[in-house]
Amino acid sequence: MGFSVVGQNLPRLEGKEKVTGQAKYIDDLNFPNMLHGKLLRSPYPHARIVAIDTAAAKALPGVKAIITAEDLPDRRHGPFVQDTPLLARGKVNYVGEPVAAVAAVSLEVAERALSLIKVNYERLSEVLDPLIAMESDAPVVHENLDAYPAVFPVQRHGNICSLITIEDGDIEQGFKTADFVFEDTFTTPMAHQCHLETNGAIAAIDAQGRVTVWASTQSVHLNQIRIAETLDMPMSKVRVIQTRVGGGFGAKVELTVQPYCVALARLSKRPVKIILTREEELVATRPRHSSIVTVKTGVKKDGTLVARQIKLIYDTGAYADDGPGIVGFGSLMANGPYRIPNYKIEGYCVYTNKVATGAYRGFGNPQAAWACESQLDIISRELGIDPLEIRLRNALDPGDKTVGGQNLFSVGIKECLKAIKEGMDWESPKSKNRGRGVACVHHLSGLLASSAYVRINQDGTAHVAVGAADIGQGSDTTMAQIAAEELGLSIEDVAVVSQDTDSTPYNWATTATRLTYMAGNAVRRAAADAKQQLINLAAEVLGLPADKLSARNKVVVSVDEPQKRISYAELGVISHWVKGGQIIGNNSWMFNEQPFSIDVKVTGFPFRVLGAYNYGAHAVEVEVDHETGLVRVVNALTAHDVGKAINPLSVEGQSQGGFTQGVGYALFEDLKVKDGKIISNTLLDYKIPTAVDVPAIKSLIVETNEQTGPFGAKGIGEAPLVPVAPAIANAVYDAIGVRVKDLPLTPERILDALKV
Amino acid sequence: MKQEIRFILNGEHVSLNVDPSRTLLDVLREDLGLTGTKKGCDEGDCGACTVLIAGKPINSCLTPMGKINGQEVLTIEGLGDPEQLHPLQEAFLKVGAVQCGYCTPGMLLSAKAILDINPQPTEAEIRDSIAGNLCRCTGYTKIVEAIKYAANLLEGRS
Ligand code: FES
Ligand code: FES
Repeated sequence: MGFSVVGQNLPRLEGKEKVTGQAKYIDDLNFPNMLHGKLLRSPYPHARIVAIDTAAAKALPGVKAIITAEDLPDRRHGPFVQDTPLLARGKVNYVGEPVAAVAAVSLEVAERALSLIKVNYERLSEVLDPLIAMESDAPVVHENLDAYPAVFPVQRHGNICSLITIEDGDIEQGFKTADFVFEDTFTTPMAHQCHLETNGAIAAIDAQGRVTVWASTQSVHLNQIRIAETLDMPMSKVRVIQTRVGGGFGAKVELTVQPYCVALARLSKRPVKIILTREEELVATRPRHSSIVTVKTGVKKDGTLVARQIKLIYDTGAYADDGPGIVGFGSLMANGPYRIPNYKIEGYCVYTNKVATGAYRGFGNPQAAWACESQLDIISRELGIDPLEIRLRNALDPGDKTVGGQNLFSVGIKECLKAIKEGMDWESPKSKNRGRGVACVHHLSGLLASSAYVRINQDGTAHVAVGAADIGQGSDTTMAQIAAEELGLSIEDVAVVSQDTDSTPYNWATTATRLTYMAGNAVRRAAADAKQQLINLAAEVLGLPADKLSARNKVVVSVDEPQKRISYAELGVISHWVKGGQIIGNNSWMFNEQPFSIDVKVTGFPFRVLGAYNYGAHAVEVEVDHETGLVRVVNALTAHDVGKAINPLSVEGQSQGGFTQGVGYALFEDLKVKDGKIISNTLLDYKIPTAVDVPAIKSLIVETNEQTGPFGAKGIGEAPLVPVAPAIANAVYDAIGVRVKDLPLTPERILDALKV
Repeated sequence: MKQEIRFILNGEHVSLNVDPSRTLLDVLREDLGLTGTKKGCDEGDCGACTVLIAGKPINSCLTPMGKINGQEVLTIEGLGDPEQLHPLQEAFLKVGAVQCGYCTPGMLLSAKAILDINPQPTEAEIRDSIAGNLCRCTGYTKIVEAIKYAANLLEGRS
C-alpha cells in the first residue's frame, strides 16, 4: 500500500519551541503566590519512628504548611501491590524515604524548616542483600504483607514480594535429551534512568476544591487515579496536565512528587511547586532493579536449544512499585526470541531495605537478556558455532509460538540478524585487541487500554485527542501521522491535543513500548470512524451510496464519477450548521490475544493481556586496552523489526538513544550502595555516556507487517537498550578471551578477569 | 549586599541589582524570565545550563553573577527565533537531533562555540566540543550529524 504521511521522516511538531528555548517544562512555570515544597527524608535504612516534632519548623516565619503521615489518609498505594505510604507511617524502610513535607515562601525557608523537624528514630536491623532477605530468619521489611491488596494473584511470604513461575514441556526430559548442559550465574547493579530533567510538579486548588496538577509525567491518567486514591478525592476533583517532559524512561510513570504538592496546596490554600534536585533523583527515586540470574540451558551438538531453567532474583528494595510487573515481564522475556520446547522460569521479586526500584526502559528484560544472551555466547563458543549462526538456527519464525504460547504474526528476528551480519561485515578480519559481539532482543508493544477521539472542525481540519504522553520520543508526531494518513489530510491539518485529563481520553501510560502500537491503534480506528462519518454525510449530500465514495486529500469523491465530490471543509460546515452536529470519531482499544495456551503452567503472573512482539539484533565491535582494562565501543550497528516504521527518523532516534543507555549499563553505570545508602549521588559519581563514549551508531530498520498494528506498525522504545550489554561483553570475550558475568564491565573487572 | 552588575545579554545592555553570589542560571531563569537555559543538576555535571560568555561555553549554574560584570552573554533566546532560526537550529530539527529537548539549548550553544572557531570540525572535534553536554535521549549520533549539516549550511551562506 502506498502511504503519503506514514513512513515519512517528518520533523517534530513541537520542534521549534524546543530549539528556541520556548518549550515549557515544569520548572519553567510559576504562579502568583506560589510556595516551594521540600521533603524530609529518612537517614536510616530501617527504623521505627517514635515521634515527629514539627513545632519549631511550623513556627519558622515563611513556613505555610507541614504534613506527616498523620495528616494523610491511612492508605497505601502501588500499581501491583498496595504497600507504599505517601509518607512513612510507623517506620522507615529505606534511606531517602519521605517522612514529612514542607511548603514555604522560598526554597531556602523550606530547607531551613526541614532542619527544624525533629524525628526520633529507633534503629531496626536492616536487610540489604536479596539472598539474605529470602532466608527465613532475615529481618522483615513488611510485617503485614498479607494485608496489602494486590491486583493480581500474588504469591508471597516473608520478604518475597511476589513469585512468578512459567513452565512448559518437560524440563527433566529436555535436559536428558541435551548433548550438553550449561549453567551460569550473572548479576547486574541498580541503574538510574537519568532523564535530564528531574521530576517535578505544581498543584493549585480552585474555590470549588478542585485540584489542578501540572506535572512532568509519563501519564496524566495514572497520576490522576493515584492522587485520587491516595488522598481520598473523587477523580472528578483531580485534573492533571502534562508540561513538556525532559525525558522519563520509566521514571515518570508512577507518582513522584505530585501528591505532596496536592496535600500541601490543600493545607496552605496556595499553589505549591516541588522540583527534585539531582541528588534526590539519584538517591531516592526508582532505579532499575539489581539482579541475580541463574540460567541452565540444554543444547544439542548442532546448537539447537532443547531445555532451559532460569531463576531470576530481582531486588525491589523497600516497596513493590512496578516490581512484580517487572519480574513477571523479565521472566516472560527471558528465553529470548528463540524456540525452546522445554522450560521452567521462576522469578522472585524480593524486598530489602534499599530504595524502592521501578520501571526503567526494558522493564526487567535487560537483566534477563544480560544473562541469557551472554550464556548463548558461551554455548556457541564451546560448541564451535558462530554466535550469530547459533542465533539464526534457533530464532523464531512467523507462525511460531513464543514463551507462554501466544501466537506470533510478524517476526523479523532472522531478518534483523541477517541485516547486522551484512552491515557489520561480520566475518571480515579484525585488528588486534578488537572483538565483535552480537545479541538479540524480543520485547512487547502493548499492555492495557488506549482510547482516542478525532474531531472534524468546520474547515475540515482535525483535532486528535489521545492520552499518549509525548516525553520526548516523538509520539505526538507519530499520532498526527497516523491520523493524517487515515483521514486523507496533511500533517499540517492535524492538531494533537495536549495531555490533560479534562480533555484527552484514557491511555494507561507512556510505557511498555506501547504508544505507536496501542495508542496508534486507537487513533487510527477513531480516525477511520470519523472518516466513515464524513463519507456517510457526503453520501447524503451527493445522493450517492456511501460504498461508492472514497475520502482522500480533503475531499470525498465518487469512485465512478470523480466530478461528483465534496470537500471536508464543506462537510465540516454542513455538519456543524445543518445536519448531525460535529463529526467525532472515537475508539477504545485493548489487545485481546490470549497470553498463555492451556498446556502452559503459569502462577502469579501479573498481566492479563500482553501485546505484539517486536524484535531486534545488535552487533558491536569493541577495542580492549590490556594495560588499563578500558573497553571502547568502536562500531555499533542495530537492527529492529518495528513492523511498519511510521516515522523512520524517530525509530532511528530511539534505537541510537536506547543503544547509548545500554553502553552506560554495560560499561560504567552502577548506583552504588553503602550501608543501605546510595553513594552515587551526583552525575560525576553516576557517570552516563557522553558524546565521546559512543561511536556513530548505525540503525537499520527491518519492516514487517504486523496485522494487528496501525498500518502494520509495532513499537520500538525499549528494545534498543536490552541487548547492548551482552553484545558488548560478547565482543570483549571475542577480543581478549575473557568472560565477565557481572555488570558493569569496569576496567577493574576486565583486569581481574585477565589475571585469572 | 546586592550589587549593580552590567553586562550584554543577547545583544542588549542589561543592568541588574543582584546578590553577586547568585548564579547566572538562577538570575536568567528567576529574575529575567529567560527559562530556555535549563537546570539538569545545578552542580556543573550535565551542561544543560550552558550559555556562551564572550563566545565560550560555560556552565551558568557554576557562574556567580559577580563574574559576569562587563561580559557578553548569549543564551538560547539570543540564537534565533521561530521565524528566523539559526542554521544550527534548522539542522537540529531537520536531522532529528531533538527528542525531549532538555539538553538542546545547551547543546546548540556548545555547537555554536565550536563552529565559530572551527567552521568544518571533524567528527572527533565535534564530539569533544559537546562532551560536557549530556543527552540521555539521542545517543548523540544525530546531534553530531546535525552539527555537520549546520557547518555546511553556514559555509554555503557565507
Ligand atoms: S545544571 Fe549546570 S551543569 Fe548541570
Ligand atoms: S534530547 Fe533529551 S536529553 Fe537530549
